[in-house]
Amino acid sequence: MGIQRRGFLKLLGVTGLTLAIGENVSAIPKSETEVEFNGILYDGTRCKGCRSCEFDCAEAHNLPEPKPSKEIAAIRKTDDTCNTVINTFNTAKGKVFIKRQCMHCNEPACAAACLTKALYKTKTGPVTWDGNKCMGCRYCMVSCPFDSPKFEYHSANPKIQKCDQCFERLKTEESPACVYNCPNEALLYGKRRDLITEARRRIYEKPELYTDHIYGEHEAGGTGWLYLSPVPFDQLGLNTSIQQSSYPALTKGFLYAVPSVFVLVPTLLLGIHQATKNNHLNEEKEDE
Amino acid sequence: MSNNQQIALDNDGNSIWKFLVSEMKPRGKWFTPFNIISVPIILLGLALIVIRFWKGLGEVSNVTQEVPWGLWKGFNVVTGVAFAGGAYVLTFMVYILNMRKYHSIIRVTVLNGFLAYAFYAGALVLDLGRPWHIFNPIIGNSFGASSVLFLVAWHFLLYMVAQLIEFSPTIAEWLGVRRAHKILSGMTMAAVIFGITLSMLHQSGLGALFLMAREKIHPLWYNEFIPVMFLVSSIFAGLSMVIFEGSISDRVFFDQISEKNKKAQNGIIRGLSKICAGTMFAYFFLQLLVFIHGQHWDLLNTGMGHWFLLEMLGFVLFPMILFFISYRNNNITMIKIAALLTMIGVIMNRLNVSIIGFRWDAAVRYVPSWMEVVVALAVIFTQIWIFRWVINRMPVLRDSPSWAIEHE
Repeated sequence: MGIQRRGFLKLLGVTGLTLAIGENVSAIPKSETEVEFNGILYDGTRCKGCRSCEFDCAEAHNLPEPKPSKEIAAIRKTDDTCNTVINTFNTAKGKVFIKRQCMHCNEPACAAACLTKALYKTKTGPVTWDGNKCMGCRYCMVSCPFDSPKFEYHSANPKIQKCDQCFERLKTEESPACVYNCPNEALLYGKRRDLITEARRRIYEKPELYTDHIYGEHEAGGTGWLYLSPVPFDQLGLNTSIQQSSYPALTKGFLYAVPSVFVLVPTLLLGIHQATKNNHLNEEKEDE
Repeated sequence: MSNNQQIALDNDGNSIWKFLVSEMKPRGKWFTPFNIISVPIILLGLALIVIRFWKGLGEVSNVTQEVPWGLWKGFNVVTGVAFAGGAYVLTFMVYILNMRKYHSIIRVTVLNGFLAYAFYAGALVLDLGRPWHIFNPIIGNSFGASSVLFLVAWHFLLYMVAQLIEFSPTIAEWLGVRRAHKILSGMTMAAVIFGITLSMLHQSGLGALFLMAREKIHPLWYNEFIPVMFLVSSIFAGLSMVIFEGSISDRVFFDQISEKNKKAQNGIIRGLSKICAGTMFAYFFLQLLVFIHGQHWDLLNTGMGHWFLLEMLGFVLFPMILFFISYRNNNITMIKIAALLTMIGVIMNRLNVSIIGFRWDAAVRYVPSWMEVVVALAVIFTQIWIFRWVINRMPVLRDSPSWAIEHE
């Protein structure tokens, strides 16, 4: 019943080959390590405030058409009827516009908060909402540092509204509706890493034009949307006090403590129970 | 079928269904002050709930896009659960530490805790925008295990089961089912240990819910120790509720309490006041340390700073001293006043974290609508109705039937 020489050599060959190649192939699965989020770069020096992105966004998401520019305030917030707004600020460098929408964080607080995974960070970058899972608790709204998720308070079947980076549209088209239709090339869609390189290049080439800060590179641990601006971002209504690290990490300590509590506390309680079993005998004697 | 027969025979040979139907009938006077106030509010609340589900949350509630959690979450859930903490503290004292002295109030406290959870989870359903998906985190395929709320939801559910098991011997005594009573009593210890663990985790979990709202909550109330603060304060919140509820039950259900337990009452209240004073000292010290480390001295002399000082000095430090002095002087009335002040302080604290300090800098502040207040009160009144119904029928404050005592 010994091993034949040929069989042995075969086995040796296969084993050797597996050791040589297999390790490289299986130990580091490419799809897991090389996740590259897509994002959008907004350049505040190029935006002319035409608001065509607002109109295209509304059309792409079946939302009511935005009001004409004469009837709106200069500074608005997104709500349950519009996923993006262009705000106008008067600064030292004249009128500066800024587009607001969901930031699509790398580590979104909303998705970490969601107890049904209705809000979900997709592999390609967009944070999407699934109406079949959401129970409407609005914990995402409590947690989001940018106040991005909006809730339809006046509906019996309310939905969460926010920018989804045209997740459905991207299955057939190359870029989100706002990027595709921007007449001034103020928006650029691509791999987040490439966008940061491009943003750095723009600042480097024309330092007099830009403030030296890419908003979204580190804010909230990095966001899918990246901003360039001629003026500091606090002058444009963006929250600059936001922490430069991930928001879900704030609850990590608590969540990690849960398993240990579940093991240690019952053990401790049983121990105390055993140790104090006869205490009531004393207690009755010396009762005040 | 034979099992049913057995149960029916246990109950003095009468049919259990006839017994249940007869127990459903109301007892006592109808026109009491409490009924006159509570009935219209409950009915109005029901009407508002219909509108809320028919037309949407915004028709009834003032919550906004910036402040998405209002009175129902901040008061009924976050505050209510703190007050329900008495159940886990007392079960710890009685079953784990074997402090038999407190045994006479264990049933009423567990009942109170169970109803609180049942109704505050109910308030949660009212607040859910898409309540038909409420079972998604439990039986769905969408376990958002990274969410603190996921943890809290599971713990609410499991703790309600644990409390029901803890309370079930009382129900068995009411129905007169001896065999079930024996089995259910045997499960108490396991339910208690499980329940205390769950309570520790979700009392702190309610605080941990707000950890990600770092920039949204006023810095005097936001810190990474919110979970610990919530856990420690739930101890004296729960016990103050036990003292408060006890002082009302003593009058309303006077005829149900045995002479022996009436005599023991003052000793119990004194003991609880000592524990309250101790935990409040720990809590106050913790708050002080966190405050000093936070270096927010400049914020103290603002409106919110004064409000913070009022909470900490007027409704934590002062009642703590009052508890301690009244314990030394054996002054039961003052202990009850201290309990009341403590409860106000806990309400302040929970609302400050969840509503008042939440988005304190927002241009438009959230103020609850009268309709939200009515529904919040309706939830509490309904709970009191059920509480009264149970007390009047089951041996909660009354002594157990003689056959049940033999088991113990």
